[in-house]
Amino acid sequence: MTRSSPRLLTFACAFLYLFMYAPLFVLIVFSFTPAEYSVEWEGFTLKWYEAVFNNKNIQNALKVSLMVAIPSVLISTAIGTITAFALYRYKFFGRGMFQGILYIPLIMPDLVIGISLLLFFTFIQFDLGILSILLAHVSFSIPLATLVIIARMQRIDRSLEEAAMDLGADEWTTMRKVTLPLLKPGIVAAALLTFPWSFNDFVITFFVSGVGSSTLPLRVYSMIRLGVSPMINALGTLIVLVPLVFVIIGVYLEKRSVS
Amino acid sequence: MSDGNSVAYHGAPCGHEEARRAGSIIRHQRPLASFLPASRMMVFDLRKVRRSIFRFFRTHPGFRTGAALSPAAFWLTIFTLIPMGIVIYYSFLTRGPWGTIEYTFTLDSYRQIFDPLFLKIFARSFKMAGLTVAICLVAGYLIAYWIAFYGGRHKNLLLFLVILPFWTSYLVRIYAWITLLSDHGLINNFLVKVQLIDAPLPLLHNQFSVLTGLVYTYLPFMILPLYASLERLDRSILEAAADLGATAMERFYKITLPLTKAGVFSGSVLVFAPAIGEFLVPELLGGAKVMMIGKFIALKFIGLRHWPLGSAYSLMLLTIILILLYLYMRAGGGKDAFREQQ
Repeated sequence: MTRSSPRLLTFACAFLYLFMYAPLFVLIVFSFTPAEYSVEWEGFTLKWYEAVFNNKNIQNALKVSLMVAIPSVLISTAIGTITAFALYRYKFFGRGMFQGILYIPLIMPDLVIGISLLLFFTFIQFDLGILSILLAHVSFSIPLATLVIIARMQRIDRSLEEAAMDLGADEWTTMRKVTLPLLKPGIVAAALLTFPWSFNDFVITFFVSGVGSSTLPLRVYSMIRLGVSPMINALGTLIVLVPLVFVIIGVYLEKRSVS
Repeated sequence: MSDGNSVAYHGAPCGHEEARRAGSIIRHQRPLASFLPASRMMVFDLRKVRRSIFRFFRTHPGFRTGAALSPAAFWLTIFTLIPMGIVIYYSFLTRGPWGTIEYTFTLDSYRQIFDPLFLKIFARSFKMAGLTVAICLVAGYLIAYWIAFYGGRHKNLLLFLVILPFWTSYLVRIYAWITLLSDHGLINNFLVKVQLIDAPLPLLHNQFSVLTGLVYTYLPFMILPLYASLERLDRSILEAAADLGATAMERFYKITLPLTKAGVFSGSVLVFAPAIGEFLVPELLGGAKVMMIGKFIALKFIGLRHWPLGSAYSLMLLTIILILLYLYMRAGGGKDAFREQQ
């Protein structure tokens, strides 16, 4: 396309991109200024960040968040890998139905997932806490991990595996030396994408967390409920920017092996 | 040792009956009995165990598939399907005093769906979700069209920027709107400073702020399917129409729009379904005034502890979403998404 775009359309789109990014931009900028009750620029400061790092509650919440997100990523990526492998490679009865059920957590409203898990844990008298949050997170991360890895599997050249088998490798060796290395970018991408998925989840965690265990988003929520303080801007900036690094690496890995 | 034994046990049928049936493919393999002395000597040879597992899987593809799918199946059954069943179960129970549950069967919760208050909240949620779809459709079409037709070599970057916020904290992004819209927020501060207004405008805690939050949250869901269908559009049709004298408007209404109908439909469903049940946006940006069905259900669970009623309402919400998704799949939306994946 060599046409230059109509000015009005470009202007409208620039405005829409501004709409998509302005809130985050404002949040980040005003986390660096001391103004407390109003969004005004009053010079540069790092005091809110200092307050965030010295806050015991936030430290605990970060610990809980990581204690949930890291095992959740490992478990769901592992399960996602073998599920994707089976769904893509094996033809079996009820494959479509299995896939349909697998994607239920992706289409169900978070609210309904959260409520159903709350009722379930209450029903079996399972104590709400870090473990219940972890179980919930794995259950909504498995579909995502599977989806990302299936997308990668579709790009693998099947003939490489056949060649390995023809040259005398058994299934295990083929899987370890051929399939898994080819699948590795997909697995890493799945892990890097499920991490923010778990780390940022609010609605489901809100329902399945007990009294003593709050993750970082829950801590932010209760801070918002208590009143808007610029400390939330600083904490929010960190919460947005740090997991984003993972996402950018994940997307990069996901795209790279296309070429 | 126990591992070796269990494998030998599983492998036994494949060594004898199956091998005879499968014929030449299996015949060259060592008979399974040759593993037995090893396990009797309590030597654990991982490679042999592994080989016999794979041999078993090769001859029993059903077991192989089952073994690979069982972790996901197990997890989904326990943490998705059974909890859904429990929601259905609770929706038929009675609420006792102080939010306790009495185990007597009743249809009361379903009868309360026709409560005028609930119907009003439901109608409002429908309206808000519908408006969100309408606004996202216009805005999303502009962006998708611009990226698809004028994006040039920046197409991927522009698309990536559309998806990126989706991976950041949704709570923090909605909170960020408070810093923009509140009485002492950026917008009001600016307007007061340039003396356009004397007192801050009521931008927060009303339908406007909830709508803003909903559009902001779900716009990417609209842009992606629209972009996909615009990308697939055969440009030569547009060129032919232009050669035949169609104006830009005619080309858009008679060609572009009808050919991207699938994208419009998918995007609308993908925005409407989560928007109608949204909990956090009305919670943070709506204040006490803008009640939506999602927030109402959450209140039934947290504040009032009326679990049977909350369960019945959740099931109704889920039913609406499932009907929408069914219509979407039937219209070929699912196939579209699958093609996109490939």
